[in-house]
Amino acid sequence: MIRFDHVFKRYPNGREALSDLSLEIESGEVVFLTGHSGAGKSSLLKLISLIERPTRGQLIVNGQNVNGVKRSKVPAFRRQIGMVFQDHKLLHDRTIFDNVALPLIIAGVGTKEIGKRVRAALDQVGLLGRENSVPLELSTGEQQRVGIARAVVSKPPVLIADEPTGNLDPELSLEVMNIFRRFNEVGVTVLVASHDLYLLEHFPVRRVRLEGGRIVDDIPAGVSAGEKLVDPAKFMTGSEGAL
Amino acid sequence: MGAWLTRHAQTSIGSLGRLSQHKLATLLTILVIGIALALPACLHLLIDNAQNATGNWNRAVDLTVFLKRPTSVEDATRTADRIRKRRDVSNVELITADAALKDFRRDSGFGPAIDALNDNPLPHTLVVTPAAEFTTAASLEGLAADLRGMPSVDVVQLDTAWVNRLNAILDTVRSALVVAAALLALGVMVIVGNTIRLDIQNRRTEIEVTKLVGGSDAFVRRPFLYNGLWYGLGGGLIAWIITLAVIGVLREPIGRVAGLYGSAFELGGLDPRATLILLGSGIVLGWLGSYLAASRHLRAIEPT
Repeated sequence: MIRFDHVFKRYPNGREALSDLSLEIESGEVVFLTGHSGAGKSSLLKLISLIERPTRGQLIVNGQNVNGVKRSKVPAFRRQIGMVFQDHKLLHDRTIFDNVALPLIIAGVGTKEIGKRVRAALDQVGLLGRENSVPLELSTGEQQRVGIARAVVSKPPVLIADEPTGNLDPELSLEVMNIFRRFNEVGVTVLVASHDLYLLEHFPVRRVRLEGGRIVDDIPAGVSAGEKLVDPAKFMTGSEGAL
Repeated sequence: MGAWLTRHAQTSIGSLGRLSQHKLATLLTILVIGIALALPACLHLLIDNAQNATGNWNRAVDLTVFLKRPTSVEDATRTADRIRKRRDVSNVELITADAALKDFRRDSGFGPAIDALNDNPLPHTLVVTPAAEFTTAASLEGLAADLRGMPSVDVVQLDTAWVNRLNAILDTVRSALVVAAALLALGVMVIVGNTIRLDIQNRRTEIEVTKLVGGSDAFVRRPFLYNGLWYGLGGGLIAWIITLAVIGVLREPIGRVAGLYGSAFELGGLDPRATLILLGSGIVLGWLGSYLAASRHLRAIEPT
């Protein structure tokens, strides 16, 4: 679903955020992207959502090479990726309904259909009935769930989240992760950047650790961090290039 | 298609709602646009009315033909008939010397002095009214030249010089109108463009988020185009109201001046066509100004 092939990202100020990064994420996978701040997690996500473009190398998302996506085609490209942000990025002068409906309005979906799908998305994140509130009337956790509802309302095949639980207490973090899991169960590929150790302990999903723009660890699902040291044979192929 | 129309309707009404949230700012903007549009509109009215007025005078340009003395009344009648047959002449009125003297005696108050004359000093006079389609300066001069060549004609009086001068002045004013209209149109676009630019700056977050969730340039631009359109329409309406007010104020004094000149001239307002052009150019300029500003400034806003 997502394939990085010897990708470099160097910013105009000379900082190299990603260097020779290769990574393959299969359709339907859940992957945690970990590492200190500045390790390149956000850069990696920005390349997937075409906020930034690779300096070198190939990146294929949902069968499309991002290098071949022209500026005018970027919006259509982004519609197949649901994005969740640490700061939610909600529009504060609009109701919850309007916030969640935005991707559908952009996609030109009919009014009736929008109503149905917005309510379904809000139901999935447990906020049905809050359509007419504005974001500031909601708690941070609820706002984050609105952000998630907006990210999935148009049923994108890929969901990426940058520190989605950064501002949440452990309980709310688990709740948010469970929502992601439920989407994953219906086939959505989920990529979460987080340095929330608590979450990592609770969700034994595949973990990719970045450091200085390179992959230093790629622990497959079902293996805890401790086990990996004991049994290196459980390494997945596809990570050698980065190691 | 239905969904598309619904979106446009929602966007346009949404834009209107947003503008009405900032009543004072919106009002000031459309007021400035209105004044800018009202200037060429008033200038247009000035030319239109001046042309109307001189048009009346132009049609009233009669030639006065004095016949040689002595000419018999029969000869004068024959000459009048001959002139009447010309296709560039619509009417000829013969004022015989006797009739003229009677009028003069009655109107001038020199009755006793005239009675003292042995002889009527006045000639027979023909008042020649040119046909409507021959009232241009050139054909009037041609007609006058022909009349001067007739044997019994003494003097032909024709005064077109002032009409020519006035028309030349009007032509100059018309050129000035075109220049002024072009400059003010540019001004309207700059005003709208600048307002839209500020609007875009204020809504930066919203634009970024919309682009993040896949909003195309056209989608992001649409509400701003509607803003420009509403600004333009509002400005056009203000301009229309200003012209109405100007006409309302000037109608009475101009009527008085016209009355003193013995003219029934009345100040005309914008006809429906001119009104539509005024509103239409407001809309087009508002839209164009916002289109240019939005295309330029929205491109610079990308999510980071």
